Amino acid sequence: MDNFKVRTMADMMAAGEKPDILFWVGCAGSFDDRAKKVTKAVGRILHHAGISFAVLGTEESCTGDPAKRAGNEFLFQMQAMNNIMVLNGYEVTKIVTACPHCFNTLKNEYPQLGGHYEVIHHSQLLQELLDTGKIKVEGGTFKGKKITFHDPCYLGRANEVYEAPRRVIMRLDSLMVEMKRSKSNGLCCGAGGAQMFKEPEPGNKDINMERTEEALALTPDTIAGACPFCMTMLSDGVKLHNKETEVKVKDIAELIAEAIDL
Amino acid sequence: MLSQIIFSLFLLAGSYFFARKVREISRNIKLGRDLQINDRPADRWKVMARVALGQSKMTSRPVAAFFHLLIYVGFVIINIEVMEIIIDGIFGTHRILSFMGGFYDFLIASFEILAVGVLLACVVFLSRRNLLKLKRFWMREMTSWPRTDANLILITEIFLMSAFLIMNATDSILQSRGADHYVLAGAFPVSSLLVPLFNEMSNDGLMALERFCWWFHIIGILAFLNYVPYSKHFHILLAFPNTWYSKLEPKGSFTNMESVTTEVKMMMDPSIVPPPVAPDAAPPRFGAKDVKDLSWKQLMDAYSCTECGRCTSVCPANITGKLLSPRKIMMDTRDRLEELGNGINKNGPAYEDGKSLLNDYITPEELWACTSCNACVEACPVLIDPLSIIIDMRRFMVMEQSAAPAELNGMFTKIENNGAPWQFSPADRMNWTES
Repeated sequence: MDNFKVRTMADMMAAGEKPDILFWVGCAGSFDDRAKKVTKAVGRILHHAGISFAVLGTEESCTGDPAKRAGNEFLFQMQAMNNIMVLNGYEVTKIVTACPHCFNTLKNEYPQLGGHYEVIHHSQLLQELLDTGKIKVEGGTFKGKKITFHDPCYLGRANEVYEAPRRVIMRLDSLMVEMKRSKSNGLCCGAGGAQMFKEPEPGNKDINMERTEEALALTPDTIAGACPFCMTMLSDGVKLHNKETEVKVKDIAELIAEAIDL
Repeated sequence: MLSQIIFSLFLLAGSYFFARKVREISRNIKLGRDLQINDRPADRWKVMARVALGQSKMTSRPVAAFFHLLIYVGFVIINIEVMEIIIDGIFGTHRILSFMGGFYDFLIASFEILAVGVLLACVVFLSRRNLLKLKRFWMREMTSWPRTDANLILITEIFLMSAFLIMNATDSILQSRGADHYVLAGAFPVSSLLVPLFNEMSNDGLMALERFCWWFHIIGILAFLNYVPYSKHFHILLAFPNTWYSKLEPKGSFTNMESVTTEVKMMMDPSIVPPPVAPDAAPPRFGAKDVKDLSWKQLMDAYSCTECGRCTSVCPANITGKLLSPRKIMMDTRDRLEELGNGINKNGPAYEDGKSLLNDYITPEELWACTSCNACVEACPVLIDPLSIIIDMRRFMVMEQSAAPAELNGMFTKIENNGAPWQFSPADRMNWTES
């Protein structure tokens, strides 16, 4: 990447090194063009903070989350056991990921199959880096800008991480506004439970429109998220309302990367 | 003496039939899959104390929380009065606890104030349901029986509280007139306001009315006790065990299917010897088609549901007009279990009726609309988990019937072939580092 090379676990092992943390990129983060920008932002922040990290690269495979939520436990466990073999082979102890679905699955569902790691979401890592001064937000890129945060279900309700992303946003010196349905009452973007990969059942509205309208009613400059699926759903919602020039949908990692000019 | 015998018979019959129905429900719950839940007892007691005893989940809707608290506290405290009524009834005494003097006055006064609170709350709740017609009480699954059930409970409580207050009013007049048996006891801050209504009546008339209210109150309570296990109102008992046995893991953690783990391990390592299976054992079913495939805890969830609809009112699928309603999932599970249980009562434990929870009650369309967002689980005041039932039924459709929506089958194939839910080569996983 730009001025540094993202290393893989295989590289590191060949060189007899071990990173402090594995960055689990996830399928969306690897292949979805919009989510790839978030992945880059996370990579840049990790590098900027001087953290020794590596990725699995071509050895990474779907955690199995969408298969498990859709009821395909066989496929989930096949994916999980293969990933666990790779992770344990590299003696991975700590993982960070920018995807709440990967985060939840790795943290909560891999231990029962033999994968025991300390798993954190990038919102938690960003908060820690900001709190310990390893990264500093200066200048007023977002000063006075109105930002609302959409809680991803698998970060919020599923794992009760509500404060970390908010404390990251607070650092931007911006105006944080909350939607009525936030934190434990947050409304889903509509993508969870494998809905991302299918058309919705018949109804009178798409869930992402319901959520986008709630966010747009606050007339924010930015709708902040922390999940690649929410990113897709909310970006689509904003586009369908022809608001994409006024309202940006951004991941918290992108906001921090922008604020520290990475 | 005769009235003591009649009373004792009512008490015995009321207790017997209640116990019989509770045993039947307990048997129905045990039709579910076995599941060991006894880890972390200290945490479980805390959850029960906070959520069931302390009503912590109710507070998200403060108006309902306040009136519900009135009924809850009233119900629990007024039961002390019922104890006195039972002792009086068996032994032919009158206000046996009055020897407590000032404390007895305090108790009776508290019961009266609580009784008014309960009465008021029931009127408010009836109005919310029938006059304001709050949306969540009139949704698709709220057919005529669930609506009637709710109204019956509220109206019964109004009658019971009225009888209690009229009983006290007439009693206090008889006390002041120095009538036989009617010892001077109790303080009547509320029923004293009713005294002018009855003051003109003769002692005989008052006694008849007092006795009528006394009998109406206690027989009403026994009848209500027997109605509760047939009703959504059973939550008053099951809220406690149901919160104790609730899931302590993070909400995002879905159950691991051990049966699948065994098979996947064998596929990955052919040297693993499969565990011995009893020769006549039925092959295990993956996921849930009917209530017997669910765990006993999921079945207890169904009996604990009081159909308040908080789950459905926060369900993103339901809000946007899809068929899915988490409350309906719970109501269907209970209705199906009751149907199966009634069949077993008539035909013995091996009874099968060829029906199932899937299709006969819950349609695939409902199940596939779920985003697994856990909003329903978060909303439930007694920690019911509708999502786990939805996932177990999806597991049956996918693993036993191969009946997932076509797009999801496509997603599965892509994960199998190229390790991602979209069609990209694993070789491209590092592409984001370029540019």
